[in-house]
Amino acid sequence: MDEEKCTGCGVCAQYCPVTLPDPHNQNLTTYKAIDILYTQAIPSTFVVQPDYCLFLNKKECKQCTRACQTGAINFDQKPEISEYEVGAVILTTGFKDVNPAKIVSYGYQESANIVTGREFERISSASGPYGGKISRPSDLKKPQKIAFVQCAGSRTRGTGKEYCSSVCCKYAVKDAIVALEHEPDLDITIFFMDMRMHGKGLEDFYERAKKSGIKFVRSRVAEIKRVVDDEDLRIQYITELGALHEETFNLVVLPMGLEPSAGNFSLARAAGIDLTNYGFCRADLFAPLNTSRAGIFAAGGFLGPMALPDSVTQASGAAACAAELLTPTRGTIIVEKQFPEERSVGEEELRVGVFVCNCGKNIAGVVDVTDVTRYAADLGNVVVNVDNLYSCSQDTQDLIKETVIREKLNRVVVAACTPRTHEPLFQETVREAGLNRCLLEMVNIRDQCSWVHANEKEEATLKAKDLVRMAVAKARSIEALSEPIIDVIPKALVIGGGLAGMTAALSLAEQGFACVLLEKSDELGGNLRNLHYTLSGADPRSYLHELIDKVKSHRLITVHTQAAVERVNGFVGNFQTEITRGPEGGKEQEELEHGIIILATGATPFRPDEYLLGQNDRVLLLHEMEKKLATGEFIPGDRDNVVLIQCVGSRDDTHSYCSSICCSMAIKNALTIKELNPRTQVYILYRDMRTYGFHEDYYTRAREQGIIFIRYELENKPLVTAAESNVRVTVRDPVLGEDITLDAVMLGLSTAIIPDRQDNLEAALPVPRSAEGFYLESHVQLKPVDSYVDGIYICGMAHFPKSIDESIAQAKAAAAKASILLARGYVKAEPIVASCAEEQCIGCSLCAAFCPYSAITISKKGKGKKAEIIAAACKGCGVCASYCPSKAISVGRFTDEQIYAQIEAFGLKK
Amino acid sequence: MSDTIQEKTVGAVMVVGGGIAGIQTAMDLADTGYYVYLVERSTAIGGIMAGLDKTFPTNDCAI
Repeated sequence: MDEEKCTGCGVCAQYCPVTLPDPHNQNLTTYKAIDILYTQAIPSTFVVQPDYCLFLNKKECKQCTRACQTGAINFDQKPEISEYEVGAVILTTGFKDVNPAKIVSYGYQESANIVTGREFERISSASGPYGGKISRPSDLKKPQKIAFVQCAGSRTRGTGKEYCSSVCCKYAVKDAIVALEHEPDLDITIFFMDMRMHGKGLEDFYERAKKSGIKFVRSRVAEIKRVVDDEDLRIQYITELGALHEETFNLVVLPMGLEPSAGNFSLARAAGIDLTNYGFCRADLFAPLNTSRAGIFAAGGFLGPMALPDSVTQASGAAACAAELLTPTRGTIIVEKQFPEERSVGEEELRVGVFVCNCGKNIAGVVDVTDVTRYAADLGNVVVNVDNLYSCSQDTQDLIKETVIREKLNRVVVAACTPRTHEPLFQETVREAGLNRCLLEMVNIRDQCSWVHANEKEEATLKAKDLVRMAVAKARSIEALSEPIIDVIPKALVIGGGLAGMTAALSLAEQGFACVLLEKSDELGGNLRNLHYTLSGADPRSYLHELIDKVKSHRLITVHTQAAVERVNGFVGNFQTEITRGPEGGKEQEELEHGIIILATGATPFRPDEYLLGQNDRVLLLHEMEKKLATGEFIPGDRDNVVLIQCVGSRDDTHSYCSSICCSMAIKNALTIKELNPRTQVYILYRDMRTYGFHEDYYTRAREQGIIFIRYELENKPLVTAAESNVRVTVRDPVLGEDITLDAVMLGLSTAIIPDRQDNLEAALPVPRSAEGFYLESHVQLKPVDSYVDGIYICGMAHFPKSIDESIAQAKAAAAKASILLARGYVKAEPIVASCAEEQCIGCSLCAAFCPYSAITISKKGKGKKAEIIAAACKGCGVCASYCPSKAISVGRFTDEQIYAQIEAFGLKK
Repeated sequence: MSDTIQEKTVGAVMVVGGGIAGIQTAMDLADTGYYVYLVERSTAIGGIMAGLDKTFPTNDCAI
């Protein structure tokens, strides 16, 4: 297929006689031997499947080449070997599902009604095989009772998949909630061992699922069997108490565990890098995105199973790693596209050109495009009206450009597909013809006419005429808009000198940007100072000192300790920050100027009034116990009992979220005690063990070493009383159904990890936080380090509790995002920003109060107040304009005048 | 030694794998000023995410 010629119209697939299972829909539907993987696929080129194509296998057919009107199909193409010179390589090859057929007792191959999680994703998708109607594959009936079976292909001894796949609990809950949104009366049960809903917002999501009626059954599923002479399925499961139960379901979902991609081994060999025993890429705790070979980095599923936000974070982090390495070459190869100077059209008489697209048969098959094009000629100020086979093809682009120049057009209307995907392309075309890009108006006669009215050809044509008439009416009043350019001060401010802050500052400095690092205490290090051991055995103390040395000695980093932020003025690219620094009594003030801010203010363990903490010196926070173990202050004895209680002030009314890392920290300390004295008895009282990912191995090791795990319910918390020479812990064992009493020499509490909040910083920099007080990212999945304020990024535990490697990856990601602005040196505001007519503004400040992006300031002007819009921060959402009582604010490209013109044109039925 | 490495350094990066991680890393590098070759085995970029229905927590469309 010639990518340049293929317009993605899809006529070839209509003519192709060969159908095959559609991998995008998990083989639940079919597609053609020449087809596109899915409608929105990029590149939007149709592709031949060589194993199935009749012509390639039997030398007959070629229906597609006859159908293709652009001559894009070329059966003479051969695979080519290309060589590229690059400065770094980033491997992001992902993971795949464990093959469900391998778990024989789960009977995947016995019944069509046992589906994988990814199959279920397609079943619930509106663009999936059943159009979003929850149906089961065997008879397309609605499955009233659905079961999800967790840990399918994960956490299983002897399979090479002993690890936890980290994401299956989360996506099972999501799938169950989505299914209920489709069909509220479904009866859904999730069979699980531990619900691992670690991570930001997920515990609340879990609670929401429980409240919506989804049943959670703590158990191990032994067998899934098809009911004889029926399409239903019988699940045999063993509960915690050891009882065997059976229940029948209409559909069973296996949210499959994740395993390395099939090509990992050959890729590792080709790249000369190491893999772990499990077959994922090997990386170090303190260099989590580096492979074993310099210059080759990794991110996402190639490193192990992980959720979307972690993948995205690592991806940005890996970009920073490569950028640090290649700093001297930045900007040496890329070239920015140049456009001719813009023609000023202000004084010209209106000359509108209307270009109507056939989109092959996609539009023309329903809408009478010739009729619509002819109709446009009679609309006022229209001087050109033509139709094109494919408006987006390169030759048509050239034609539009030539027409604009030749006919001196000053407004261009394109009636085609969706502006969401194609507006940037047509804007570029008019720019190439010397017009401002805002002089283009696009109208969607594909989605809104030919697609939704496929069976009403006449009405679809009438509607297309209406839309074109409205677009021309609007086009008459659209005008050229400038894109304000704001310089960025190429300096960074990093607030918080813990692991995340130091890592971010170092990455920016390595990329050549000057950086000020503020720390409120008198030394760098933050929570990393509290760590004496790690699960993998790597030494956190020596890494801490190495990192501090690097930060302090870097010529581009200025460190201020005992520092506080007093005031922040300005906006993206141009911040002015007043700080105080130095010891009490000798505080100095300083004003800093910088283009971006990274918030790495960290978190601290919660100190509860519970379990005798602060009243009995045998009760300690977990990190305090770790210190006593490391310094030899506490030497566990042969007959000693040590008890650790998890989820203290966590996952309850005090703090509803799960702090993610405490289970692994408890295991680490328990193993340390066992290493110091194998005879010491260690008990971990937990609610769910959330040793996600490869930490599961250490949970297994802990059980093998005789560490005893006792689960407790929130309603039945352990009871702690002071005894003579120790503390007495009483806990109800759910398996025995009885109270157990443990006399412990030491009681360690894993408490919630709460964000570090400082009043002065909050007042100076009101960056939105979650209800729990962690900084909010602007998009949970896709923008995990961008705050809601442009130019301010978040990382480390200020975002949410996380492990060392996760903190480092996120700090690098924040540095990557910041360096985009710092390297470019300017911010370009979109033309759709709001503007305020000062003479009409009454200074009521409603707009500023409602602006979600802090893009409006109210300042004194003469006698009154006036609103001022910071173009660099405005996103053009229009909230301000809709609230403005004096109509002083208008939004570029969507002014009242333009919208009224459209509405009036709609009323002018012809 | 460092000079020879410097001479050979190229301001381009190859990203292998066009799922969400590969796309993100490629975009960040290009935005920072590096030329990127994004290599994908399948016929479209998007990887596993393209096949997901909705995403946590807003149940936004994944595509």
